[in-house]
Amino acid sequence: MMTLQEIKKSLFTSLWFMFLTFPIMVIKVNTIEKTIEWRWERMAAVGLGAFVLSFVWRYLIQRKEAGKKRAEVGSEDNVPLIPRLMSDRRFYMPGLMATIVMVVAFPFVFSLYQTNVMITALIYVVVGLGLNIVVGLAGLLDLGYVAFYAVGAYSYALLNVHYGVTFWMALPIGAALAFLFGILLGFPVLRLRGDYLAIVTLGFGEIIRLVLENWNEFSFGPSGIANIPKPGLFGLDLSLQQSTTFIYFLMIGLALMTIFVVRRLQDSRIGRAWIALREDEVACQAMGIDKTRTKLSAFALGATWAGMGGVVFAAKTTFINPTSFTIWESIIILCVVVLGGMGSILGVIVGALILILLPEYLRAFSEFRMLIFGVILVMMMVFRPGGIISDVRRTYKFEGLGNKAENRGE
Amino acid sequence: MDYFLELFLGGLTRGSIYALIALGYTMVYGIIELINFAHGEIYMIGAFTGLIVISVLTLLGWNTVAVIVIAALVAMIYSAAYGYTIEKIAYKPLRGSQRLSALISAIGMSLFLQNYVLLAQTSNFLPYPNLIPEFTFVKPIEHIVRSTEIVIYIATALVMVGLTVLIKFTRMGKAMRAVAQDRDMAMLVGVDVNRVISFTFIIGSSIAALGGVLVASHIGQVNYYVGFIAGIKAFVAAVLGGIGSMPGAVLGSLVLGWTESFFTGYISSDYEDVFAFIFLVLILIFRPAGILGRSQTDKV
Repeated sequence: MMTLQEIKKSLFTSLWFMFLTFPIMVIKVNTIEKTIEWRWERMAAVGLGAFVLSFVWRYLIQRKEAGKKRAEVGSEDNVPLIPRLMSDRRFYMPGLMATIVMVVAFPFVFSLYQTNVMITALIYVVVGLGLNIVVGLAGLLDLGYVAFYAVGAYSYALLNVHYGVTFWMALPIGAALAFLFGILLGFPVLRLRGDYLAIVTLGFGEIIRLVLENWNEFSFGPSGIANIPKPGLFGLDLSLQQSTTFIYFLMIGLALMTIFVVRRLQDSRIGRAWIALREDEVACQAMGIDKTRTKLSAFALGATWAGMGGVVFAAKTTFINPTSFTIWESIIILCVVVLGGMGSILGVIVGALILILLPEYLRAFSEFRMLIFGVILVMMMVFRPGGIISDVRRTYKFEGLGNKAENRGE
Repeated sequence: MDYFLELFLGGLTRGSIYALIALGYTMVYGIIELINFAHGEIYMIGAFTGLIVISVLTLLGWNTVAVIVIAALVAMIYSAAYGYTIEKIAYKPLRGSQRLSALISAIGMSLFLQNYVLLAQTSNFLPYPNLIPEFTFVKPIEHIVRSTEIVIYIATALVMVGLTVLIKFTRMGKAMRAVAQDRDMAMLVGVDVNRVISFTFIIGSSIAALGGVLVASHIGQVNYYVGFIAGIKAFVAAVLGGIGSMPGAVLGSLVLGWTESFFTGYISSDYEDVFAFIFLVLILIFRPAGILGRSQTDKV
């Protein structure tokens, strides 16, 4: 495999990247003290890294091409490993049991900090599943998703400050407001083509954030809102430990409800319409599906979950300000959906757990977090557009007539 | 009157800056129908490379005009190289797959490049020396327009003329128009599509780098994040003018620059960035094809 030509190619790639990264990686200028720092060791690292990676890249491209060819021939039944395991009862039942035990025992076994991290991850699961409706099922790239998250969080915080509204009241109100915002925004923009939608939603997300930052009388500006009460449990006085455990189970409940609803939606008439619309808009319209209404429903339903996630987020952190709702938050959620597998529920859950838990435990690499997210987005799109656990399309096999005749003959 | 003139010229500067970035967007979109989110980052990398070259050469004691010219050239070469490489890594393998995939890949690339510069250099704002000489004829009107701004106007005008000549009269320009019209057909008549796409990225990126160096000199500082907001606004400008159309990109940029300048000058500066986005939403609702764009219907 390692022919001379390939080595030459990689050598060239490595030289190219050494050239490319030379000014930014090697030279660091200090414009105040007027000194230059030369960091040659980095150049060697880049060269070596590019050399190795170019082999990996070529190998992966080759594999992808081979996979494409196999799929064209259709010789192999390539159901991915995990769905195959899932459909096998011998693995499924014990696996489910183990998961349930782990989920229930988690807050009692692990520390408060760990539980808090897990709650964050669960919020991302819920919000990710919401975005999954929009991006994964309906194929609409929404880059301003965090705006609806902000709507939820601020509606709880503001209603609480002004009117003393409790968490349980705020949860449906936040969801409803987010739904309303989804419709308001979606109505004018959903007629547009996909890529415009991405930019408009991005713009909308920024508008919401900038308004929250500048409109001091309404949102208390950049200083944010503090002392938001945690959710209550029938008026009981809860200690910090207890209330965290309570939020944890609340999130588990919310996640289960989300999974249930999304599953039902996916198989419903409207869910199938989303998927069809994602695949081919024109054909879909020809089949009599109302494009705008279908898209709008996906958009608004996705927003609803972001709103709920936002309310829980505000209750969990007890403090919110506009910096929690930047465009990067939207992109992290997008990353969750893309890494896990667009359109796949299990995939989104796994994606959220990986992306939120790993950076927590790999603190040493925390500064590389966003860099790695960028790499993940590109690599997943290039090599595995379906994500880690890709959605299995329901297919119907057509047993050829020839086979049947043979069967009859036996 | 002076205030009006100041705002007018300020808007012209903004517009020219947006135009330098928007041209790259619109060229790429015209050819492969992809919003190149990483374009703003290319602009930022151009500005950074320029800063590094300027600092090194200034320490070596070169004279200022030579330094700024060389810095701009090196920045353009490097940004072109980045644009070329990005296309090869993040977009080329995705040609022919869904549009959503390429768009997500572009966002990933943008995120990667921002953090690459952040980690390799710094997260702070770096002061950017302005080496563009003060022209003597500007002295009496200095309170209205600075010489850097005049250089920006001239550069933008030259770039526009150069691009028009390139597209209209050269062989490569003809190939670019052909690929934009119908990629498969262009391939059939013997146009090397890969080369045309690479060329488009190279030209678009180097123009953005020129913009980066000029703008950073004008504003006087740079950090890893400058490309993002500038990129979004330039995209708004490109959409406003009609994406895919080059005169449209310039016109849209100027319109956006002036409206922003007058809006912040006469009404309020708090919502400067909000304004561009609202503008974008309104255009897309009422005239999605832009000022100069033709509305297209999808053929089945």
